[in-house]
Amino acid sequence: MSATKLTELAAKVETDLKAAILSHEIALGELTILAEASQIIAVLSNLQAAHGFSTLVDICGADYPQNVKRFEVVYHLLSMNNNLRVRVKAALEDGASLPSVVSLWPVANWFEREVFDMYGVLFEGHPDLRRLLTDYGFEGHPLRKDFPLTGYQEVRYDEEQKRVIYEPVKLLQEYRDFDFESPWEHVTPDAIPALEAKS
Amino acid sequence: MSDEVIDFEEAKEVAASEPKKRNFNINFGPQHPAAHGVLRLVLELDGEVVERADPHIGLLHRGTEKLLEYKTYLQGIPYFDRLDYVAPMNQEHAFCLAIEKLANIEVPRRAKFIRVLFSEIGRILNHTLNVTFQALDVGALTPSNWGLEIREQLMVFYERACGARLHANYFRPGGVHQDLTPKLLKDIYDWCDPFLVGLDEIETLITDNRIFKQRNCDIGVVDKKTLLDWGFSGVMVRGSGIPWDLRKSQPYEIYDELDFKVPVGKNGDCYDRYLCRMDEMRESVKIIKQCIEKMPEGPVLPENSKFAPPRRADMKQSMEALIHHFKLYTEGFHVPAGEVYACVEAPKGEFGVYLVSDGGNKPYRVKIRAPGYPHLHALEHLSKNHLLADVAAIIGTLDIVFGEIDR
Repeated sequence: MSATKLTELAAKVETDLKAAILSHEIALGELTILAEASQIIAVLSNLQAAHGFSTLVDICGADYPQNVKRFEVVYHLLSMNNNLRVRVKAALEDGASLPSVVSLWPVANWFEREVFDMYGVLFEGHPDLRRLLTDYGFEGHPLRKDFPLTGYQEVRYDEEQKRVIYEPVKLLQEYRDFDFESPWEHVTPDAIPALEAKS
Repeated sequence: MSDEVIDFEEAKEVAASEPKKRNFNINFGPQHPAAHGVLRLVLELDGEVVERADPHIGLLHRGTEKLLEYKTYLQGIPYFDRLDYVAPMNQEHAFCLAIEKLANIEVPRRAKFIRVLFSEIGRILNHTLNVTFQALDVGALTPSNWGLEIREQLMVFYERACGARLHANYFRPGGVHQDLTPKLLKDIYDWCDPFLVGLDEIETLITDNRIFKQRNCDIGVVDKKTLLDWGFSGVMVRGSGIPWDLRKSQPYEIYDELDFKVPVGKNGDCYDRYLCRMDEMRESVKIIKQCIEKMPEGPVLPENSKFAPPRRADMKQSMEALIHHFKLYTEGFHVPAGEVYACVEAPKGEFGVYLVSDGGNKPYRVKIRAPGYPHLHALEHLSKNHLLADVAAIIGTLDIVFGEIDR
């Protein structure tokens, strides 16, 4: 039932927003729309106004360093009336910015702050783009794939100075990466150049 | 309390006519007992009226999403217990559903019943704490003691099922870790009716209590526009009269076979949400009873599957089983590349997991969508022009736990 609804929706969105969307697909019963980053407001406001997607469930980022447009910002929308969900994605390169959707949903404020905090993606027109989850005065964007798991700074209480101080991370032993993955499994195309050339 | 009605407009005019007065900034928390954890709330007050509320979160940020990218799927499950630590298994459920959807794992029927059973126990765990601590926030001490006693009984069931009182690590992709004993099922069933009596007793303390009503009726009213604008879910939506419950509208596991109602409120204030939570606990008891009555016999993990460990007895005889066991617990299993969003109706609202896999044995990206996050964000909107004392009542009704908000 919802599968047919999704195909109908996909067809409608395709005709309505031809200029703004790059592609769409239905996988595992979920509709994903890949939108042009500059047109994200047009896509989301159309979904909100014309298709009843009145709830913004989530905004999150993802990092794919091998792509030129390395960051993806993923919007999850929900329509309580039609009982449908849709996922909208926009890709953008490092240092690029995305229009903020706070004007459409006020709740986007914190979601966008979190994406900025974790990935360094900027949102144009955001009223208050501060860090949210990380420490006051934190540097770097921790969910980027090139940010180390152990981080750069550590905190401890210094007995002599009688205050909490920040220091570069000193590990008592090397960081141990327990990678038990078999070398012949999970082979990506870029690991074998010949494979890529064939496909 | 006097019957005098405070006229906020008049009070504001008076304040405006005295130009030397300025607004007062206070820090509410992070060590305030009514902040429900490590919430630092910067409040701007005009007298006792809240002008601006700026929640500073992240004091409990542990980088769960980053850590999950470095752990195999099985190693990732315990991190979900530590999100909303008031109802741990409901979080594991969402993660397992996401993995199952992506890897197309079939869950045995008995495991589905056990999962629903423990999800509802989680709901009662959460609501007994929330309802009675909401009473504590507005000045009633006794209900919280009674609520904690109920939680204690339920944690014993947790312990008997999985060995841990709090951080269960019980759900697995494909089912649950271990089967339940008939004695445990009988004990849970026998617990139900005395619990309902206990719930009625708590209600005699709170529901018609004059102070509780004065502090909660017409406070933090959520209308339809608010709940759509601010991405509300769960009781925050149902308290305003909208029967939106993922267990009914997008049923997962065996919820569509069960008979239960979705309690809704009328006015959308703190008091209605309290009433919703009380009724939800009664519905949860109905679900628990039905689960135990209808629970079929059978396995609790898929058999002959690369996602589940082999049987211990087989490992004594079969080399392949031994290899499989070793590989499963070191390398883990591989999940096909793709992305998926799976959500459950957690006690606090919609708890979702957006999972991206690149085909490896570790998740490429996990985004945890915690219900408390948008709720807390709306705190400024809800508490504006309320009195300072109402902020505590509103925080209580939002049902926030910092484990899931800060992640």
